[in-house]
Amino acid sequence: MINTHDILETINMIRQENLDIRTITMGISLLSCADSDIHNSCEKVYEKICRRASRLVETGEQIEKEYGIPIIHKRIAVTPISMLVAASGGDPVLYAKTLERAAQTVGVNFIGGYSALVQKGFAAGDRALIDSIPEALAETEHICSSVNVGSTKAGINMDAVATMGQIVRRAAEATADKGCIGPAKLVVFCNAPEDNPFMAGAFHGAGEPDCVINVGVSGPGVVRAALQKIPHGNITDVADTVKKTAFKITRVGQLVAKEAAKRLGVPFGIVDLSLAPTPAVGDSVAHILEEMGLEQCGAHGTTACLALLNDAVKKGGVMASSHVGGLSGAFIPVSEDAGMIAAAENGTLTIEKLEAMTAVCSVGLDMIIIPGDTTAEVISGLIADEAAIGMVNSKTTAVRVIPAIGKEIGDTLNFGGLLGYGPVMRLNTASPADFIHRGGRIPAPIQSLKN
Amino acid sequence: MRAIITVVGHDTVGILAKISALCARHNVNIIEVTQSILQDMFCMIMLADVSACNVAFTTLADEAKALGEEMNLSVNAMHEDIFNSMHRI
Repeated sequence: MINTHDILETINMIRQENLDIRTITMGISLLSCADSDIHNSCEKVYEKICRRASRLVETGEQIEKEYGIPIIHKRIAVTPISMLVAASGGDPVLYAKTLERAAQTVGVNFIGGYSALVQKGFAAGDRALIDSIPEALAETEHICSSVNVGSTKAGINMDAVATMGQIVRRAAEATADKGCIGPAKLVVFCNAPEDNPFMAGAFHGAGEPDCVINVGVSGPGVVRAALQKIPHGNITDVADTVKKTAFKITRVGQLVAKEAAKRLGVPFGIVDLSLAPTPAVGDSVAHILEEMGLEQCGAHGTTACLALLNDAVKKGGVMASSHVGGLSGAFIPVSEDAGMIAAAENGTLTIEKLEAMTAVCSVGLDMIIIPGDTTAEVISGLIADEAAIGMVNSKTTAVRVIPAIGKEIGDTLNFGGLLGYGPVMRLNTASPADFIHRGGRIPAPIQSLKN
Repeated sequence: MRAIITVVGHDTVGILAKISALCARHNVNIIEVTQSILQDMFCMIMLADVSACNVAFTTLADEAKALGEEMNLSVNAMHEDIFNSMHRI
């Protein structure tokens, strides 16, 4: 039998330190549903999702009980809907409503994939879908949207960047009476991964199989608790401890992913090795950085600590899983992380520091609440900067900012639940309008001559 | 399938008897038991074969948890594989 210490360690991780499987996400290809008539297309989409995912929630709950590990979300990612709009034409919002109906039927808490990939330009269906995002997000509850505006291979589509600044604003205005929830479900990506199980950016890429199971793990609380045991260890010890802990966390993810795939009769895709925080006390990435020795997240030194954390999580996790993918790294969503919220509230954590942090971690400017009067051009400027970091460093970056309509710096916006709450943060309002309105495309960066 | 049943809390009379009775009632064979006192806490770990269990394992897990709450102890019944996968390469 496994020794007592190891058994108690596992139980303690789950019961005291918030170890959980953040999400089992079923990826479903909708390419087979394309039809020149949008109503036929929608019916096929509904039928396929309900057929494929009929047992997803029930299976997740069964595994949760048998293995004693909480599985927080059961979700679905679908083929970017712009591809279906390309074939069917018509009002893309019909697809959003169909997805919403399917989400309610199968009982998942989000369907991601109201998306378009426009890094090199707009194809048929892309503009119509992007233009419909604010309405789609306002009229549905369980639908997430993403748009990929750049990549290392293609450069950055600045026309799309300019458009997305306006779309983020419109999404906030369209949901002003619901706490501006719209843009919290919208991600603007550079180098978007096609197998990401995490929302709001999940979609099922065109290169994926017909149906697949991807799993996202979590566990910032476990990493922090492990570091608390070595208050005087040097940084090598810190990195080793994170690595070992990430290994253990990921092994649980691998087990759940394989078991879910087997029970559902669907291939296992990847485990996403991410540290995903929640607003709950003891589930914060910022608190890990503070455990490493920072007075507060956002202090000088934060980027270095985050770089170490992100790298060690990958090193530990890679060996624990047969296939790793998705975003894999540490997430830094401000409103979803108790430590980040506290640091943003007292001004230690600024948007400029967060931008630097995104250069070394897995995503980007995430769940940041900005003043309600921020112009579309300033939002586009933020998107362009993030996309540039992603493009040049061959990594995924993203922007999910929420203009808090009617609110000013220092006010608080509360989404409730796992999306959390946060202060409206100060951002640089000098206008990048002329740059944004030039349009065109930033050429792809050189990938050789690395010296 | 084998399961690990853990009991953690203040030591009282009859813990082993009650957990064993639950196992016997559901035709669960106890393979191994270890118990120790860690930082003043009573800690018992059982390895049990639940393949002939006469109820669904999830029901057994629920009943074990409820029994724990009755005795003011933390009782968990979990599939053995979660421990194997985390601690063995």
